[in-house]
Amino acid sequence: MWSLTNISTAIHNWLNQTFNPTWALIMEMVIAGIAVISLFAVLGLVLVLMERRVAAWMQIRLGPNRVGPFGLMQSMADTLKLLVKEGMTPDGSDKFLFNLAPFIAMMVAMLLMAPIAFAKNFQLWDLNIGVLYVSAVSSIMVISILMAGWASNNKYSLMGAMRSGAQIVSYELSAGLSILTVVVFSGSLNITDIINAQADGWWIFKGHIPVLISFVIFIIAVTAETNRAPFDLAEAESELTAGFHTEYSGMKFALFFLAEYINVFIVCAIGATLFLGGWMPFHIGHWEAFNHVMDYIPSSVWFFGKTFFLIFVIMWFRWTFPRLRIDQLLNLEWKYLLPISMFNLLLATAVAILGWHF
Amino acid sequence: MNDDLKNKDSKAPPSGGWGVLKYLKDVFGTVRSLLIGMRRTGYYFTHHKEIITEQYPDNRDTLVLADRFKGEVVMPHDENNEHRCTGCTACELACPNATLKVVTKFDITADGKKKKAIDKLVYHLELCTMCNLCIVACPSDAIVMAQTFEHSVFNRADLTKILNKPGSKIMDGVE
Repeated sequence: MWSLTNISTAIHNWLNQTFNPTWALIMEMVIAGIAVISLFAVLGLVLVLMERRVAAWMQIRLGPNRVGPFGLMQSMADTLKLLVKEGMTPDGSDKFLFNLAPFIAMMVAMLLMAPIAFAKNFQLWDLNIGVLYVSAVSSIMVISILMAGWASNNKYSLMGAMRSGAQIVSYELSAGLSILTVVVFSGSLNITDIINAQADGWWIFKGHIPVLISFVIFIIAVTAETNRAPFDLAEAESELTAGFHTEYSGMKFALFFLAEYINVFIVCAIGATLFLGGWMPFHIGHWEAFNHVMDYIPSSVWFFGKTFFLIFVIMWFRWTFPRLRIDQLLNLEWKYLLPISMFNLLLATAVAILGWHF
Repeated sequence: MNDDLKNKDSKAPPSGGWGVLKYLKDVFGTVRSLLIGMRRTGYYFTHHKEIITEQYPDNRDTLVLADRFKGEVVMPHDENNEHRCTGCTACELACPNATLKVVTKFDITADGKKKKAIDKLVYHLELCTMCNLCIVACPSDAIVMAQTFEHSVFNRADLTKILNKPGSKIMDGVE
């Protein structure tokens, strides 16, 4: 049967038979890099189109429907437009940092791809501190935003970047604490172990109240961390005119744009892995027939289905809620989310120790 | 969410302080109001009956514009090529950015008296903001707002229009 696991194993075996192990490893790295870059490109195209469609339908509009069948080629046309545009570097900007910032944004997104399990036994790097790695690396993102805002030599960009710094530093706390809830339940930081712990039920069902609370907090916190509405103060189109990437044009702008969507995908993938069982199919207790049908669906479909569901939820937020002010944003984090998630972690620990989960 | 968070800062705490109960009430109230909003947009997402998008160049023939839509100032003429404009310049005075210019002349009436009438009513569409003040100011309802909107031209001079038709004169009985 065709599956991502079989393909990767076949490639691995063939390379090891044909070349010596060092060359095989190098070639595998190259193949993985190409695969990640093409995944980025596809995700960018798909997510931009999806966002515009979801936005349109929620606002009783039609959305892109002219380029190609059902407007499917719209994001291709946009990409082509951005590719042929001139990438300008404004006078008076810090040229080195200005040109470096979009690449750091992309590099962070690329690094975050490493520990994500896309399907059963299909993972770039199964490191034993996967969850810690993700939460650590994702905070480098703020550096690229600060760098872009500072190097632009534009007061609005800098303002957007500073807001973004305050925002990401704050929301990382509650995102981390809500991730910890699942880590407490499954007793491991390894992504594969966490997924395997959900073989008899996803944590959101097995862990009931504490995991539900932490799931809600996680979704709110990652929406803030990826700088999406209602927490898009870093961009704030209406007041800061795109904030930190005001001065960027052409492909450099496109890299920031792409990095935003890749980050949304990654945080949703992490959310799906921790709370919704990653590539684990949906099982109900002892309904053997039902479980077999569910097993028949490939694991990659399960993973991408759950991830895209979460992406849809985050888009739903964006097109429903108004933007928060900076003081409201920090109030929400420090007075509401952080105390609640701290208390929730305590509750989760008690539930895990007393064995009150399923 | 916004209101809850804002009010918490701006209002003085009532006697007895905020308390855990108030805090939890805030949280649940916020979540509830957010869910109400999401239910509304979720309803729109799943129901495509009412679409407000006008697919403009395609539905040009069947396009229905709202009554309040203001496209440009026109002067209606009746079948005898007569209009209602007395040349009182009320519209010119009302216009905030000098869009209208009334050029007057003097007609000789049947009984030999001189009577003020318009020679031209010059309208600069390129300056007009469609504020409707001229229409409101007009005492004899000589000008109205039309619903045309395809105003783009290649030569800017084409946007300067003369509203009264050539050879037109004022209607009888309009003073």
